Amino acid sequence: MAFALVLVPLVFALLALVVPSSAWRVRILPVAGAAHLALTAAVLASPPADALDGWLHLDSLGRLVLGFCSVLYFFTSLYAPGYLASHPERPNRIFCACFLAFIGALSLVTESHHLGLMWVAIESTTLATAPMLNFRGNPRALEATWKYLLIGSVGIALALLGSLFLAYSALAAGLTPSLLFDDLVHDGPSLSRPWLRAAFIMLFVGYGTKMGLAPMHTWKPDAYGEAPGMVGALLAGGLTSCAFLAILRFFRVASAAGDAPFVQNVMLVSGLFSMGVAGAFMARQRDYKRMLAYSSVEHMGILVVGLGIGGGAFFGSLLHMLNNGLTKGVLFLTAANIHQAYKSKSTDDVRGVLRRLPATGALFLAGFFAITGSPPFGPFLSEFTILNAAVTSGRYVVAAVFLVMLVIIFIGMGATVMTLVQGKPSESASATDHRDTLSSVGPSAALLALVLVLGLYVPAPVDHLLRDAAASLEGGR
Amino acid sequence: MSHLVDPVLVLVLLANFFLLGTSRLRAIINATALQGVLLGSLTLLVHHELSVRPVLIALGATFIKAMAIPWLLSRAAREAAIRREVEPFIGYIPSLVLGAVGTGLAILFAGTLPLAPQHVGSLLIPTALATMISGFILLTTRRKAITQVAGYLVLENGIFIMGLTLIEAIPFFVEIGVLLDLLVAIFVMGIMILQISREFSSLDTTRLSNLKE
Repeated sequence: MAFALVLVPLVFALLALVVPSSAWRVRILPVAGAAHLALTAAVLASPPADALDGWLHLDSLGRLVLGFCSVLYFFTSLYAPGYLASHPERPNRIFCACFLAFIGALSLVTESHHLGLMWVAIESTTLATAPMLNFRGNPRALEATWKYLLIGSVGIALALLGSLFLAYSALAAGLTPSLLFDDLVHDGPSLSRPWLRAAFIMLFVGYGTKMGLAPMHTWKPDAYGEAPGMVGALLAGGLTSCAFLAILRFFRVASAAGDAPFVQNVMLVSGLFSMGVAGAFMARQRDYKRMLAYSSVEHMGILVVGLGIGGGAFFGSLLHMLNNGLTKGVLFLTAANIHQAYKSKSTDDVRGVLRRLPATGALFLAGFFAITGSPPFGPFLSEFTILNAAVTSGRYVVAAVFLVMLVIIFIGMGATVMTLVQGKPSESASATDHRDTLSSVGPSAALLALVLVLGLYVPAPVDHLLRDAAASLEGGR
Repeated sequence: MSHLVDPVLVLVLLANFFLLGTSRLRAIINATALQGVLLGSLTLLVHHELSVRPVLIALGATFIKAMAIPWLLSRAAREAAIRREVEPFIGYIPSLVLGAVGTGLAILFAGTLPLAPQHVGSLLIPTALATMISGFILLTTRRKAITQVAGYLVLENGIFIMGLTLIEAIPFFVEIGVLLDLLVAIFVMGIMILQISREFSSLDTTRLSNLKE
């Protein structure tokens, strides 16, 4: 089963490469999404045995990320055929193959229990996404892809260096270096402290670049701005969560080594800084897809702030990862609909979405309220949990800054979103024949329903996954 | 053979300085290829006894770093008909000075870290850090996409040297994975370079500046 999660999508990817008909090729995507979801459900119900000498081992953090990414991927794959069919002028063979290979690489990230293997898997997710960014094939898309590849590759190179430093911290302490996470956690107290810190800095900067934490976020607005909406959803929900998973796994090693306070302080500063940068660039932002990218920077900041606070915020941070990913799915998929109808990403041209595309407009608006932490949606609950943990642990300054940032971002993002949804659609927008259909709004509606459910109550199996994962961060198993 | 390690590492450092100080693309590509050869031979030299595994890694590293990627880069340079780096953001002499300062800092920094007994007094770790710094300078201060990729390669070379300190501890599979990934990354970048040159009829990345706030 452990292998199937990786291999089945790859087989579908090969199939997509050889199927000659574009119409049939795009239908592979939802089939593969459903197959992956079914496999994931089976794996979560009965965890598979370790494979490859413990290199593949689904720990509690991995289970959480795998389950969440599979759900997001499934709904995104339902959306994809309609989108691709409405762009018949663009070749989609490579796109489909990469779309399918992506979830295979992503599953490998969640399953790998070996520092080196996880690095290889994360690098593969980068390679799988790059051609998808270039789907439009115009100069702007090319520029975004180039930046993404170059900045992402430097990030991934630094992460590799951090992994080597971590292994060396065992060697310098006279231990036999093992790169399995459980061994590293076990050996934690005796690892060489200076190398461990150097490793943390490199891994945090490297995987932080993949997550899109400020100031390493510069690829994000370009990539999310130029990528098709569903790729934005996969990047903002799936890829960033994988990079966060890598940081979480390293955090376990650092806290086993007794270095948690140093690591957590770095995370608090960098998280709040990311929120600040996002707030600054979101104000008066006229490109709604770039606005979503900065929102992603903000929420990555919230995730590491939660990790930095610790205690009850571990649970809050993990819950927020789900909430943010699912809500980003809603926002990016509806943004793709808006883009298709208006052929513009600027608030100068896009007005009256609620009239032009009623269902899309309503979902986009609801998604905005959800992502900015309005009740009764999920992000409200998770942000409140993090804030609550900050106050109970006596970090009043962090709590105050956190709250002020949320308010600034709500106002900044709200101004852009309200301009989009209200008013009268322009003449040119009414000219395109894009209309809301079941396949274009169904997936986002389902995702929004999930966000709503997570805000009202956390279902028992999800709660169980979250508590296991939070416990492993607190030092338990 | 391990007494040859340090002289080879000095050659790697010299290649770094050569890269920082030259503007001709052909020379840059050749210098990265030379570094690839040096790295391949280092893989053999750091081992006390030779076995199949390090030989395979050395062959793989030499093939990818000294042949495949330089070939891709020179092909891209030929197609785009460019010979020189133009007006880097930081000039050649300042780049050299920066590189020298970086190398000095790398040696100082490596001196403060606790080392495993077999690496005390070795140049491996300072060279690794210095090479990475040189790669980073190339990557961030040059305009041409090809020079940036070469800079990225130098950065990866530095990481590879760091990996040599662990070659007995890190399983073979990961090393090959690293090499393969590098190949694919550069391959994708190679395709990107060709596309950039077609779209913009130049490999000047400053033209890639439509996307900004």
